[in-house]
Order: sequence, then structure tokens, then C-alpha cells
Amino acid sequence: MTVERTLRSETIHKRGDERVEAYLVDYDRARREFSWEQARAALSGLSGGTGLNIAFEAVDRHAAGSRASITALRWLDRAGGVQEISYRDLAELTARFANVLGALGVRPGERVFTLLGRVPDLYVAALGALKARCVLSPLFAAFGPEPVAERMRLGEAAVLVTTPALYRRTVAPIRDRLPALRHVLLTGPTETDLSGTGSLAGLLSAASPEFTIGPTDPQDAALLHFTSGTTGRPKGALHVHEAVVAHHVTARFALDLRPDDVFWCTADPGWVTGTSYGIIAPLVIGATMLSDESEFDARRWYRVLAEQRVSVWYTAPTAIRMLMRRGPEEAARHDLSALRLIASVGEPLNPEAVRWGAEVLGRPVHDNWWQTETGAIMIGNFAAAEIRPGSMGRPLPGIDAGLLERGPNGRALVDADGRVRPLEEAAEGELALRAGWPSMFRGYLHDADRYAAAFADGWYLTGDVARRDADGWYWFVGRADDVIKSAGHLVGPFEVESALMAHPAVAEAGVIGTPDPVAGELVKAFVTLRAGVEPTEELRTELLGFGRRALGSVAPREIVFDDALPHTRSGKVMRRLLKARELGLPEGDLSTLEVTR
Amino acid sequence: MTAPRHDLTPLEARTLVLDVLRTVSPGPALDALGPHDDLRDALGLDSLDFLAVVTRVSERTGRRIDEDDYDGLADLDGWVGLLTTSDPAL
Repeated sequence: MTVERTLRSETIHKRGDERVEAYLVDYDRARREFSWEQARAALSGLSGGTGLNIAFEAVDRHAAGSRASITALRWLDRAGGVQEISYRDLAELTARFANVLGALGVRPGERVFTLLGRVPDLYVAALGALKARCVLSPLFAAFGPEPVAERMRLGEAAVLVTTPALYRRTVAPIRDRLPALRHVLLTGPTETDLSGTGSLAGLLSAASPEFTIGPTDPQDAALLHFTSGTTGRPKGALHVHEAVVAHHVTARFALDLRPDDVFWCTADPGWVTGTSYGIIAPLVIGATMLSDESEFDARRWYRVLAEQRVSVWYTAPTAIRMLMRRGPEEAARHDLSALRLIASVGEPLNPEAVRWGAEVLGRPVHDNWWQTETGAIMIGNFAAAEIRPGSMGRPLPGIDAGLLERGPNGRALVDADGRVRPLEEAAEGELALRAGWPSMFRGYLHDADRYAAAFADGWYLTGDVARRDADGWYWFVGRADDVIKSAGHLVGPFEVESALMAHPAVAEAGVIGTPDPVAGELVKAFVTLRAGVEPTEELRTELLGFGRRALGSVAPREIVFDDALPHTRSGKVMRRLLKARELGLPEGDLSTLEVTR
Repeated sequence: MTAPRHDLTPLEARTLVLDVLRTVSPGPALDALGPHDDLRDALGLDSLDFLAVVTRVSERTGRRIDEDDYDGLADLDGWVGLLTTSDPAL
């Protein structure tokens, strides 16, 4: 690879051997020749033609073949211990979990939630639930009680797998709000003093290690991932078993992943990246998947990359920027020669970070783009292709992306006949995808109207604004709505505002993202206090803690008091104006603005 | 920003760190914090929170805190140890 520091925005070119050894060598040809039918044929399908099941493709077909003794999961605990689970062992463990669900009377289609850090039980429960044809919904363990209650209520969780500590802290306070929850299975020692719970280890050891996956329609629901919108409740995006076709081919196209790779996806399985690429894709490929229980720590991460001989690494811009802060000396102390490809997702990766990868880690960072709703990588930079630093890349084979002309509200313009206006050539507009790829979400749970509103004229409307250059590379511009992107996660301002307004001192709140060099954006709240309440430092501290206890990791990091929040004529807080003020930007068209109080 | 350029006593160091932690994650978990409790676990801090704590302690003490120091800063005792040791930059 060479970095061309001349014209053309310092494009990074690949060496000849980097190009020919890649899975996707000829992008244009692959786009012409690709078909989803062929991609489907590369998977096994259930025996006897009884359908397609994610867990069978990820685990059982390898366990029954020549890869049975290969390490499927290599897990690093906090203390430095390593645990290896082969495909054969994983097949048995997940069979046990599927049998546990059956013995508890949990039926196919019912929802199994996990609230766990990155521990082996998480992978066992996730894949075992898919074997049992239940719908898996993994939650982020750093969520506070409110986001967990909201998601489990909306998703009608029948089963929850969690730890005793998380149960005490996050679930016990809200359990009476979850009438549909029949079983709580706790990891760890079999003896527990927590009433209304069962021991996962005890049940697993009593269950049979054999399980035959029942007939699974490729269109049966498999995964439920929650994502945040501008208004109202979180949205539960449903994906089907057929999504595994996209998980598989996109891991090849965008991550260049092969069976002999050691693959590390640093995303938590509580988010869609950590499920599609942190559980499913590497196993379907037959690779060795690395999982680290610890949170980010620069030195530890370098050590993991070096000692575990990680060859393909999928991480996030925030992590890369934190490594950059640490400086090049730390990287130089570690042998990173096993690294073959680095990719990143979550928010746009700044050009400096892409080049820093090339200079300090020895490999440039390949940014890519996708969303909870798309289920898999849609647009990316490829191992064999030049990188234009700052660009999200080009659409994967099988994916048709477009830019749509936007209307006054910032979203794609849809005329009275339901038609949109796709823009040609170099342009800027709302990023849209031609509907119909296998991992496309099939609904927002209990919200058919919102699902319908996400499509127009055969396009899925992403809510992201992007620019396309003359050669077809896409560049992220911003969100078309008020959703906040912080450390790679979408945060819904409404959910944060609602939590703050539950405090007796708060009359109203407006929540926005403010720029942050490491996280992309940080959550900031503007709070109007009730009449007669003094805006003291003590109260600010109390509100920070209040938000933190209710929301966990999505809580505001900064709170300011503001007794004149701008409102629309319909009475809603105008977040866009708050943001314009915060950034010192022109405040724009204020015709919908009510006079502030 | 400029700060007391003398070594802190253990009590001063502990108070200062608790004050800073209160700006990031106030609440009952902080009030109940023991000297050897893992800060990330007990207070639910993520890596961005940790950076905020490092920056704010640095600002209040005028002491540069290097990444090499991070390993020792997992609990309150570790922080007190760092802040009560003479600053090598002085």
C-alpha cells in the first residue's frame, strides 16, 4: 500500500499482492455478476430441505464437518485467562440451551433477551435461542433500568439471561413492569438467593447436548434489535433467518474474512454490529472469533492484537481515536504483523485516523457504513480497492444505493403519488437503498406505520445525508434528523429527555449531540427547571446522577440550565435550533418557531 | 487550572478524586465506594468517562497523568497512590 500525498485527497492505493489476494478483487465485475440466489446457495440449509437457520449455518454445519475441532470462540477474561470453545463444543452447549428453553415451555417465536457482558454464556444463549427458533434480543449491559424496561416491555420478553449483579442493579427494580417475563436465568454459581430466578448452569448441565433444529422458514423472525428514533419509543427492528445470507457474503466482501482468520469484532453484542459480526458472520465463515470481556484499554488492546495474532479487526472510530491519543510508541512495542485488514463502523472515520492506521498500525482503516435496520454492511471500502480517506466507500455487490432529493424537513422529498427523486452523478441527498436484500429489517415491532414510513417508491430511507463523488464513492454528511451518534451508538433524544423530565425539579428538557473529538458526539441536555427551583451546582450534579441511574451509558454527560428553550408552534422543543446555537451556526428558517418564553 | 503544586495528603487526594467522580457519576454507588472497588464496575464508567476523570484530575492538580499510569488507576486507592507520590515533572 502506498499513500499518495498529491492530488485526489491523499488516496491510499493498495499493492498488487494486496489486491490479487483479496476475496473481492474486481469490484465492477462482482457487482455485475453477483446474485443473492448464488449467495444463498453458498450456505448449507437445514437437512432435508427444511429451511434456513442462522445457528445451523454458524455452528452445527461446522461441528458436523472437518472444522469440528477448530476453535470457534476464543474468550479472554479480565484477569488474562483464555478459554477456547471448539465448534463441536459450541454445538453441544447451544443444543443444551435450546433444550432448556424447550423444557421451560418456551415456544418458537417467543422472545429471549440477554443482558450480559461479553462472556461465553452470552454466545451460548444467543445461538441456543436461535436453534430453538426463538427470537433473540441482546441488550447492552451498560443500559440503566429505564432503557431495559422499555425494550423488554416492547419486545414482550419471555426469557431473560443475565448475571446476578445486573439482575439486582438493573432488572429487579423494574421486574413488576414486565408481566410477560416468565423466566430469568442467572449466570454464575448455581446457588442464588434471588427469588424468581433460575440457575443457567444448573439447567444447562441437566439438559441433553443433542438437539435437532426444527423446520425454519427463511422468513421466520430471528433477531430483534432496538434502535433509537427522534421521537417516541425505541424501535424494535425485526430481522429474519435469511439475514445470514447477507452476514456471510458481506463478511467476505467488506472484511475479506476467511476460515483461517482470527477475527476480533470489538463491538458489544448488545448492538447490531456485535451480533451480525461479533457472533454470526465469523462463525458462518468458520473462522476463530475472539471475544474480550474487558472494556477498552489501549495497552490491553495492543497486547490482544499482538498475542492473539488477530488477522482481521473490526472496530469503531472512537477506539481508533483513543489509540491515536496514546501515540505511536505504544503501538511500536507490539508485533502487529498478523493484522491483514482493519475495518471500522459506527460513525464516519476522519481521514487522519485512516492514515494513522496505515502509518502506525501498518494497515489503513477501511471505513464502512450500515445501520440496525440494514442488518449487514451496505457500503464499504474494500481490501483490494483504493481508499479515499473520509469516505464510507462504495455499495457492496448486491446492494443498490442512491441519493434522494430532500424536502424542507430535511428528509427525502416524497410527492403526492409517493414518488421520490433520485439524484444523478455527483450529488448530496438522503442516502437510500433499493429494498429487498436478505438482511433488510422486516418490521418495527408493533409499529407498522413507522415501518411503512421508512420506505418510499421502493427505497429504504436511511435518515442519513450523504454526498457522492463523481466516481461513486459515498461520504457521510450528517443525520437528517435529531438522532445523536455517540461512540458509534445511536441515542434517541426523546428517551433521554423523558428520563430527565421524571425528576421533580425538571419542567422540560431538550437533548442534542455536541461535537467531541473522541466520541464523535456527546449527549448534552438543556434543562428548564420548574418555577421556584434554583439552578444550583448541587442540582446539576443530582440531575447528572439521576440521568445516569435511569439511563446508564446513554445518559447526558453535560447538563446546562436554560429557561428559554426554543419551541415549534406545536410546542415541541426545537433541537435543531439548540444545536445551531451550540455550534454557533446560522439558525436558519425560523418560520415554525414559537416565540420563546 | 493551575493548581496546588505540592504533594497532596491521602485525605486531600481522596477528596479530590471523589469530587471529580461526582461530576461524572454521582449517586449512591459513589457514596458506598470502597478503596479497592473497581471504578468501572462500581460506577458503571465507560472509557469516555474514564478519560473525563483523568482530564479533570489533571486540571485540578496541574499534574500530567500519562497513559502509562492508567493501569494503576482502577480503584480509589490507586488514584490516592498516584496523587500522593511526588510528581516527576516537578
